[in-house]
Amino acid sequence: MDSSVKIINEWDIVAARQLGRNVAKELGFGTVDQARITTAISELARNIYLYAGQGEITIEKVENGAKKGMTIISRDQGPGIPDLRKVMEDGFSTSGGLGAGLPGVKRLMDEFSIESEPGKGTLIQSVKWLR
Amino acid sequence: MNFRDTMLDEYKEILKTYINDQTEQALYMSQKFSKKSIEYKISPEEMISLHKTSIMEIEPDLPESLLLSLDILLEVMMSYGLAYREHQSLRTIQRELINEIEVAASMQQTLLGTQIPKIPSMDIGAISVPAKQMSGDYYHFVSHENGAISVAIADIIGKGIPAALCMSMIKYSMDSMPEDSQAPGDVLERLNRVVEQNVDPTMFITMFSGLYNPETHLFSYSSAGHEPGFFYHAETGEFEELQAKGLLLGVDKRAKYREYERKLKIGDIILLMSDGVTECRTEEGFLEVETLIGYIKKYIHLGAQDIADKVYKELEYLQDFQLRDDFTLIILKRTS
Ligand SMILES: Nc1ncnc2c1ncn2[C@@H]1O[C@H](COP(=O)(O)OP(=O)(O)OP(=O)(O)O)[C@@H](O)[C@H]1O
Ligand SMILES: [Mg+2]
Repeated sequence: MDSSVKIINEWDIVAARQLGRNVAKELGFGTVDQARITTAISELARNIYLYAGQGEITIEKVENGAKKGMTIISRDQGPGIPDLRKVMEDGFSTSGGLGAGLPGVKRLMDEFSIESEPGKGTLIQSVKWLR
Repeated sequence: MNFRDTMLDEYKEILKTYINDQTEQALYMSQKFSKKSIEYKISPEEMISLHKTSIMEIEPDLPESLLLSLDILLEVMMSYGLAYREHQSLRTIQRELINEIEVAASMQQTLLGTQIPKIPSMDIGAISVPAKQMSGDYYHFVSHENGAISVAIADIIGKGIPAALCMSMIKYSMDSMPEDSQAPGDVLERLNRVVEQNVDPTMFITMFSGLYNPETHLFSYSSAGHEPGFFYHAETGEFEELQAKGLLLGVDKRAKYREYERKLKIGDIILLMSDGVTECRTEEGFLEVETLIGYIKKYIHLGAQDIADKVYKELEYLQDFQLRDDFTLIILKRTS
């Protein structure tokens, strides 16, 4: 039931969004949450495309007791992020204070975790719960 | 009831009213609605969705293309929503920073506090007002065991928190100054070495250091590039600038500071100040020395603290109550 999209070129970002949207719709997320989830996927996939060269986006359905939701997993073997604290600060992203980037993903989703090792790659997992 | 539960109905009502007859009333209602939705943290993308739901209920026969167009609008508003949320969180951070600075400023006041000495032959007054929260001005008194009094006034070139931190260092070095190095030149030489070693080379400090001997009534002083003070001769009513040569602290560790001396007669006054006093700016430009002296003369018959307070009030008024620079004024008046 998990499904992944390999991110190699810019069009794969669209495929990842599409996958995320399908799962979100299927789970019953409303249009606003669908837009939030796909925006988060876009940001993560674009980072893979821009900074890691390649990687993949996996979408999983999750259940926690009565709660249902979905997880976006972004995984790559790229250069990694040396200073995680910095990139999670508002206003740090190169787009400069537009609220997007990783802090934006964190805001759009309900849960967010990031692991990164310089030279090895980056793993970001983020969950949105159905309300 | 929570706004989130009622907002759909409220919004539909506004929309209906406006569609029926395009009144200013409905537009005003929508302005009020938007204020409330911001208060309840409704994001732009939620607003679009609310709009779409409302219009679909009010006008079920709308063309599909129009409804689809709202999907694009929603997607486009996503980034605006994110930018808005970031702005909100930066505002919270800003508020926290302001609070921290306020705490730091009050700590600075406590830390830098100095007691104005009380001795029989001299009446002393001092006022120091920061332009912003943290002051870059500093003054310090020491009453020595032999009855002499040291006075120091310093101005850090550079403002805000770095200046305040630097000041704490100066204060600490002054407090740990040995009893036997009271001579103003020695004091400056010592502090100069401390500053030269410990302070960022872009930060400079000007300082005036003085020592008053109540037995001889001699006032000796040295200056490290500080704003010259004034000497008021009670007999003639004349003001004389207390010129003194000396390099700013922290420029050259071998700097030497020449000592000068004045004898105070009864009624004579020494005025020390920071450049916030002389460089106080009005609409007509910089304050003229004559104007400053005019104010001092106006209050010269008062006690030292009153002179300082009153002159400050005058200059504050002159600048429309907007200090551009930290303001410090010290008055030493020989009374007997
Ligand atoms: N998968 C990744 N691999 C390596 N570095 C990354 C990765 N994702 C992000 N980074 C680094 O973290 C920084 C911050 O990323 P973030 O997405 O927050 O902002 P941005 O991409 O610089 O700008 P924006 O996304 O707003 O256009 C990036 O500039 C990049 O250096
Ligand atoms: Mg990015």
